[in-house]
Amino acid sequence: MTRSIAIAALTMSIGATSCGSKGSSLIKVDGSSTVFPITEAVAEEFKKKNGNVNVTVGISGTGGGFKKFCAGETDISDASRPIKPTEVEACQKGGIEYVELPVAYDGIAIVVHAKNDWATSITTEELKKLWEPEAQGKITKWNQLRPEWPDKEIHLFGAGVDSGTYDYFTEAIVHKEHSSRGDYTSSEDDNVLVQGIANDELALGFFGFAYYEENKAKLKLVPVDDGKADNGAGAIAASPETIRNSTYQPLSRPIFIYVSKKSLERPEVASFGKFYLEQATTLVPEVGYVPLQDKAYSLATARLEKKVTGSLFEGKGSQVNVSIEQVLEKASQ
Amino acid sequence: MTSVSAEADTAALAMRASQPPVELVSGSNGGVERAFRAICLLAILLPLMLLVLLFGGALIEAIPRLSWDFLTSYPSRRAAAAGILPALVGSAGLMLLTAVMAIPVGLGAAIYLEEYAKPGKVTALIELNISNLAGVPSIIYGLLGLEVFVRVLNLGRSLIAGAATLALLLLPMVIMASREALRTVPRSLREACFALGADRWQTLRQVVLPMCMPGVLTGVILSLARAIGETAPLITIGALTYVAFLPDSIDSPFTALPIQIFNWVSRPQPEFHINAAAGIVVLLALMLMMNGAAIWLRTRLRRRIYW
Repeated sequence: MTRSIAIAALTMSIGATSCGSKGSSLIKVDGSSTVFPITEAVAEEFKKKNGNVNVTVGISGTGGGFKKFCAGETDISDASRPIKPTEVEACQKGGIEYVELPVAYDGIAIVVHAKNDWATSITTEELKKLWEPEAQGKITKWNQLRPEWPDKEIHLFGAGVDSGTYDYFTEAIVHKEHSSRGDYTSSEDDNVLVQGIANDELALGFFGFAYYEENKAKLKLVPVDDGKADNGAGAIAASPETIRNSTYQPLSRPIFIYVSKKSLERPEVASFGKFYLEQATTLVPEVGYVPLQDKAYSLATARLEKKVTGSLFEGKGSQVNVSIEQVLEKASQ
Repeated sequence: MTSVSAEADTAALAMRASQPPVELVSGSNGGVERAFRAICLLAILLPLMLLVLLFGGALIEAIPRLSWDFLTSYPSRRAAAAGILPALVGSAGLMLLTAVMAIPVGLGAAIYLEEYAKPGKVTALIELNISNLAGVPSIIYGLLGLEVFVRVLNLGRSLIAGAATLALLLLPMVIMASREALRTVPRSLREACFALGADRWQTLRQVVLPMCMPGVLTGVILSLARAIGETAPLITIGALTYVAFLPDSIDSPFTALPIQIFNWVSRPQPEFHINAAAGIVVLLALMLMMNGAAIWLRTRLRRRIYW
């Protein structure tokens, strides 16, 4: 009996002390798993300089992150695509204004087995033919894409339908977000796709560029030709350079953080945002992503300081062929 | 025992001895017996081998990262410097709070059902529901916890909300284990107690509870060992992934071991996969320790019982 009273007292005392420790020095970030490694790196460095400020980062996906953000639960939302109209509406309802800051580029690599000697390049037209919903059950052999390719089955691997990578890939290739054939091996975990393709000589798949970089020995990268000459003619292989200078199109995309305007009134959130953009050039490549050009970061910093709210993408969700530098410059004029 | 039944017993024994059941042990049936034994042995060896294989595989991969630093460092973008401290403390805090909530309620429910409830339709309905609830997928509890604890009770995405959700998840298991334990206390002992003039509460307090405690604690610890590996309900109620400080109160944001492991497994850099393996080893070691504690407690408490 006395023991249970002791437990009750203990619980109560824990509860009582908790009220005092809830300072304002907590910055809450949530959202995309793609952006997570960058935010984690920035938070780690920020903590070293500002010991009294705690940053927490959650992974609820871009969509899940915006839900919490627009309900005022978080200060910053990680997003692997621009905010969508429905989310813009939700934020309006919640009375949340936000500053949109691009923080890095992420490329989507098209990859085949290391021993595949025929797929030396692929066009976006061929990719569309291969991945559009109508291809299901019909396009099953390599030579259906290009006659000179072997008369062998093609085995497809791709990101799971809940990922931002899938949304962007379908928008860029099939020209309709969230629409593709369903008869492919999908996984939310890109490492599973790496294993799958590395063990299948007839495989073709797509996933985040960072996962290709870490597994170069097991895989072969296929250069992509978008049929346009103005951003580099011919097939272009994904690389940090081609992703950064926007020649690897349409499969490179900017990724973002959204900072709540209300939270920006707190000095620690404002300085975290500024620190994020300052450190991005060095931290982004460390975690496997491609940094924006320096000019883009300074333009973004200016946006943050002026607290320019709203989306550069008019809240339309995934968009392809965007050079974030141009978009930012246009907006700043 | 009366002499009549004793005689009947002796007769039955004699009959058994005179009849051919001896053949069951030898001849063609002996082969069946051996085969069945082999199958049973295989059934126990197979899961054991799988466990050894999994644990051994993780251990071999994890060895370079298993160190005191790994246990006492915060997560980092540099795999070699990253540790599991917040996740470890988060998981430990969760287990403690879960136990504090689940044990009194679970044991109370079990005592009511076993000792006080009159058998009837309502009791049968409650019993049916409890055994059904034990089979409900954990993510459903996560959704319930999100709505009830995080939103309605406004506990936020905190340690206490996570623990309350896990406590709900464990309740059916704790109730069932406690009832099993209560049933092992022989009826004759309770009757003897009543005969000595003890009332129901005294009987419970001084005879039944001390005797069933080993069973109850074993059940609770085993279900806690299951809860420590749960990820889905915690993610649903909003456990975080990167927390670079320790939870200092029950309404602090938190992370837990399985979430940290999952995050490392899904990173592109192979160095993080080593961290994940090391995290798995720590998690498995924790589970083994909890199971060990269950066995230790059971034998220790049993020693105190005198028939």
